[in-house]
Amino acid sequence: MSALPDISSHAIARARWRKSEFVFWILVLACAFLFPSRYLIMTDILRLALFALSLDLILGYAGIVSLGHAAFFGVGAYSAGLLALHGIITEPVLALVASGLVAMVLGFLTSFLVIRGVDLTRLMVTLGIALLLEALGERFSNITGGTDGLQGIEMAPILGLFPFDMFGKTGFFYSLIVLFLMFLLARRVVNSPFGLSLRAIKNNPLRASAIGVPVNRRLIAIYTLAAFYAGIAGALFTQTTALASLDVFAFEKSADLMLVLVLGGTGYLYGGLIGAVVFKMLQEFFSTITPQYWLFWIGLVLVVIVLVGRERLHRWALWLPNLVIRQLAGRKAVVTVPESEAP
Amino acid sequence: MTTLFTILFDGVAYGMLLFVLACGLAVTLGLMNFVNLAHGAFAMAGGYVCAVLVNQSGWPFFAALPLAFMVSALIGVALERALYRHLYARSHLDQVLFSVGLVFMSVAAVDYIMGSSRIFIKLPAALEGQFDFFGVGIGRYRLMIIVICGLLTVALQLILAKTRFGSRLRAAVDDPRAAIGLGINVPQVFAFTFAFGCGLAGLGGALSAEILGLDPYFPLKFMIYFLIVVTVGGSSSITGPFLASLLLGIGDVAGKYYVPKLGPFVIYTIMIVILIWRPNGLFGRTAAR
Repeated sequence: MSALPDISSHAIARARWRKSEFVFWILVLACAFLFPSRYLIMTDILRLALFALSLDLILGYAGIVSLGHAAFFGVGAYSAGLLALHGIITEPVLALVASGLVAMVLGFLTSFLVIRGVDLTRLMVTLGIALLLEALGERFSNITGGTDGLQGIEMAPILGLFPFDMFGKTGFFYSLIVLFLMFLLARRVVNSPFGLSLRAIKNNPLRASAIGVPVNRRLIAIYTLAAFYAGIAGALFTQTTALASLDVFAFEKSADLMLVLVLGGTGYLYGGLIGAVVFKMLQEFFSTITPQYWLFWIGLVLVVIVLVGRERLHRWALWLPNLVIRQLAGRKAVVTVPESEAP
Repeated sequence: MTTLFTILFDGVAYGMLLFVLACGLAVTLGLMNFVNLAHGAFAMAGGYVCAVLVNQSGWPFFAALPLAFMVSALIGVALERALYRHLYARSHLDQVLFSVGLVFMSVAAVDYIMGSSRIFIKLPAALEGQFDFFGVGIGRYRLMIIVICGLLTVALQLILAKTRFGSRLRAAVDDPRAAIGLGINVPQVFAFTFAFGCGLAGLGGALSAEILGLDPYFPLKFMIYFLIVVTVGGSSSITGPFLASLLLGIGDVAGKYYVPKLGPFVIYTIMIVILIWRPNGLFGRTAAR
């Protein structure tokens, strides 16, 4: 009977803020002041990080492989665009939340389709939903602007105080704050008993249901939440770029997102954040070599990652930081290898 | 009434083509349980080989078709031995990432070598145009596709059901461990099947250049169609994917004719509904294992 307090104290200890996490966020904030000329690309990274965080919630924590996560991103992006374009909700923060909620409703409705069936069916259904939305977007081009996208979106100042500027400074800090708040929420969620039950489901759904975890309800909940996150990321995209086009639904977008998450590692919240930085750097690097064919190099990166093995790659990547930490702090590795995938 | 028959005829030709393109995937995905999203890349390879041979080297179309099959099969067997076989036991996520990576690489590589515009294959004069059959316009090329694909389907069914290799394949798929115990060289059987499937995809790619259009984005554009054929058709036999391809072909052609504005909307909706209704596919075995 004495096992119970042990488990809860262990869980609480795991959820505590670590020094390395403070360092991470201080570094992020420092970037804002170190590279004032690169606000646009840094905003891009933040948006991607939030989107990857969303996928991590379902893929890394609940084990749902999705090929169509761009659906929610797209719905968020178009909601934010339409809200601003038609002046329904002009205040960006409110519009952001509203767009997130629209994506969340869609996530809730489609979650019933997704939780049915095995991996393969899930892949197909998620992919199908994203393609369906893209087809709908093309069909109702009078609303969505078709392939040209929404034109002439004008964003009102945030909270009526901070107007978006040309250099993207406001957009950057706005995105940073949104990302941080969403990160805090995600951190709270995955460290809660709810988050622990998700991991149990990921490791073995049958056992999880045997110890009384309502598997389907938990999966619906996390899928809905992840849709909310993706919607927010999409809305941020529209608000900071004043742009929304049908590309947001494209399969490449979902595939890129998986690459982002895999680069950073699944199953821990910083994976998406680190992955977004690495991905953007790779993209910049490859684009400067071969602007037209960077898709090839992205593909090569994917193939190599899988062949080498994701876990092994992360161990290599973390070897140096862990060595430094061991030398400095004289204790065991702080940055841990993410949990392995259940086959 | 005649338009109905024309639609039916075009739909059947389209469906048969989809079957030849996708039946290799039915084996890798349905039977070997490997999520190979890169199947379209092999089809594209076949299509481009045929295009280069016919347009640039002046080969006759019918001589180029077997070569399209051979080249795709060779690429398939090389990749299977070098890369794919390491991933059979890995998680679906790894398989998805790997095959998406391959698709991206093939798209960019073909774009680099052949350019990004659509490629046409010069057809022999005998295959162009159409003739009237009781008032129904029959395209010669489509008729040839139906004949070739029909023969292939029959041959496949016979190979799978009657030959020694067919029974080995079925045994290897049903229970690899027991099959190894019986002395069947399972990796070899899988490699051969994989290569054959890729070859068929290459042949399909060469045949489809006229109807589906061939450009570097072919593997991405038609990925969902191949997946639909396999998931909706199920994997218990070759008839499932075959019927699914016919349904998909006729449905797509009819959808484009009668409700052109909805575009691919109809197909995706039907797919999702079917997958929700029967997650193992229309003709799949229901929890037999």
